[in-house]
Amino acid sequence: MSEAALQPTGAGPLAGVEERQAGAAISPRRLMWLRFRRHRLALASGAFLLVLYVLAAFCEFVAPYGTTTRNDDAVNAPPMRVHFFDADGRFHARPFVYAYRMEVNPDTWMREYTEDTGRPFPIRFFARGEPYEMWNLFRMDRHLFTTDAGAYIHLFGTDPLGRDMFSRVLYGGRISLSIGIVGVVLTIVLGILLGGIAGYLGGLADRVVNKAIEVLQCLPSLPLWMALSAALPVHWSPLLVYFGITIILSLFGWTALARQVRGRFLALREEEFVMAARLIGADTPRVIRKHMLPSFSSHIIATATLAVPAMILGETALSFLGIGLRPPVVSWGVLMFQAQNPLVIELTPWQMFPGLFVVLTVMAFNLLGDGLRDAADPYSTGGMK
Amino acid sequence: MRSYLVSRVLGMVPTLAVISVIIFTVIQLPEGDIVSSTLDRLQAQGVDVTEEYVQNLRAQYNLDKPLVLQYFYWAGNFLTGDMGYSYLFSRPVNELVWERLGYTLSITVSALFFTWIVALPIGIYSAVRQYSIGDYIMTSVALVGLATPPFLLALIFMHLGFEWFGVSTGGLFSPEYEDAPWSWGRVADLLAHLWLPMIIVGMGSAAFTMRILRANLLDELNKPYVVTARAKGVRPAKLVLKYPVRIAINPFISNIGLMLPGLVSGEALVSLVMGLPTIGPLLLQSLLNQDMFLAGSLLMWLAILTVVGILLSDLLLAWVDPRIRFE
Repeated sequence: MSEAALQPTGAGPLAGVEERQAGAAISPRRLMWLRFRRHRLALASGAFLLVLYVLAAFCEFVAPYGTTTRNDDAVNAPPMRVHFFDADGRFHARPFVYAYRMEVNPDTWMREYTEDTGRPFPIRFFARGEPYEMWNLFRMDRHLFTTDAGAYIHLFGTDPLGRDMFSRVLYGGRISLSIGIVGVVLTIVLGILLGGIAGYLGGLADRVVNKAIEVLQCLPSLPLWMALSAALPVHWSPLLVYFGITIILSLFGWTALARQVRGRFLALREEEFVMAARLIGADTPRVIRKHMLPSFSSHIIATATLAVPAMILGETALSFLGIGLRPPVVSWGVLMFQAQNPLVIELTPWQMFPGLFVVLTVMAFNLLGDGLRDAADPYSTGGMK
Repeated sequence: MRSYLVSRVLGMVPTLAVISVIIFTVIQLPEGDIVSSTLDRLQAQGVDVTEEYVQNLRAQYNLDKPLVLQYFYWAGNFLTGDMGYSYLFSRPVNELVWERLGYTLSITVSALFFTWIVALPIGIYSAVRQYSIGDYIMTSVALVGLATPPFLLALIFMHLGFEWFGVSTGGLFSPEYEDAPWSWGRVADLLAHLWLPMIIVGMGSAAFTMRILRANLLDELNKPYVVTARAKGVRPAKLVLKYPVRIAINPFISNIGLMLPGLVSGEALVSLVMGLPTIGPLLLQSLLNQDMFLAGSLLMWLAILTVVGILLSDLLLAWVDPRIRFE
């Protein structure tokens, strides 16, 4: 990181007690960390997201079942409770779940499940279970937790085909969470490229990019996303559709970032250190890469973090409508597609777990982004009362 | 003011022209066109199609002309008020659009007013009583409101409506008014159904506006002039409402432009879940069936709605804030 860019000129307002005690020799990066650390909620959100992403990355191992494994004894079954005490009140060091006991309600003809306290299923950790291919590379059969052969465990219940919701939510998280990241990377590339061109070159380029931003920002995004994803060829493979959707989402998402980058470029162009670099003989790409970008990279990270939720919500909405990702691909939106009807909430509320995860993830990204945005400008005094 | 108005209205023309090109491109993207899907349908019914018939059909839809010309035919017809023919519904697109545009408009506009009515008092309260229990509750609700996708909210509300009131909350009319001609009873029935989609669509933007108002007002409340006024003994209510709120309220108008596309998107999504007779469900159907005349017109109308809304908000802002119109 270019130190010169962030050193305060003259008597910079080094705000905050912590910073002042540490002295003026403190690095900008450390300042940002100190400031970020004060946002407890942002810190907690970051930790939550980290856990979520790790779980999603290793979902084959964490999930006890695959996405298509069906349990015919448990169709639309509710979530199981993990017990340490059995029906007689005895404590067991190894947690266990009780098997489902299924009864058909004579009035409604619905299957109703209760716990069969006569049949405990102990939970085995790091035990052998359903075989799977880790990252499509190695064959493995160890799971974080599973049960003995013949037993089953459904922490989030099962869907109408008897598939384990917990496993499907994890696999769905891998797709939904990664769409957010891949989409934002595309957004950053587009935003920096176009915003940078507009801000650095100015003139006609600036006017064209500005008009594009203006037009795109006043278009209602969802209807256009719908039109574009409906235009994706039906015969495309799931992977192609995945990238198609990601590109569609970022096509409209880059404007906020580009606008910010443009503003920064316009301001920085006049700064002394940029002028100095140019006088020494650095060419334009070098000035941009070495001197200008580092001085607002923290802002870009904060804006990018705040752009992730829109991506995730966009994918969820499209898949929910049935024009985004489609089965057999599992994403949170695809899982929600089964819950189109309010009756689903009435009868099998556990089908809404994917929705809960969407809300939690988006909330965490918003909080994290807020914290990062405050920390991104370590020399300002805002929010430091 | 007049020159500002004229320049803004004229500035809208190129924007809409660019948007129409984008939309025309988007609706050209799917493989096949209206003729090939008509032929597929005819062939499935066992009708023999001659080459001449195909040529006539292509000529009828101007598909034998180059794309640029096709665009001008499409845009020209749109401007003269002829939006083409929907083969999906076997009706002119005009009829379909006019039927539904009003409902889209009323839900979007009422959601906007809901946003203001809710965000204003809560935002002021949260800022004045910062870090109180009420503030914590309100900011938490806003955080959740921002993070919940509208369709999820719609599902939850419909469920709650069913649970608490035992009524089905889908649709915009009770069954007895569904096909009835307009009357006061039908209007009342519409209003009785409108509030739920209004709340659901407006929830996200209300949360967004409330957070902005709170942040702006907090900045304003710490300024020296407020401290001075307080020291001089100005009544607390007047102290807050007379100056800081008036300044902090600016984003209420200037953010219409930011919120409107989101409201229109949310409206389309919520209508799909709740089965409301607006543009959203029609758009999805037309896209799934490649009825591109219909899809293009609907997209264009949603865009026009948004652009005009943004224009109105800009004019409103210029009227409220003289700094802008003299720029």
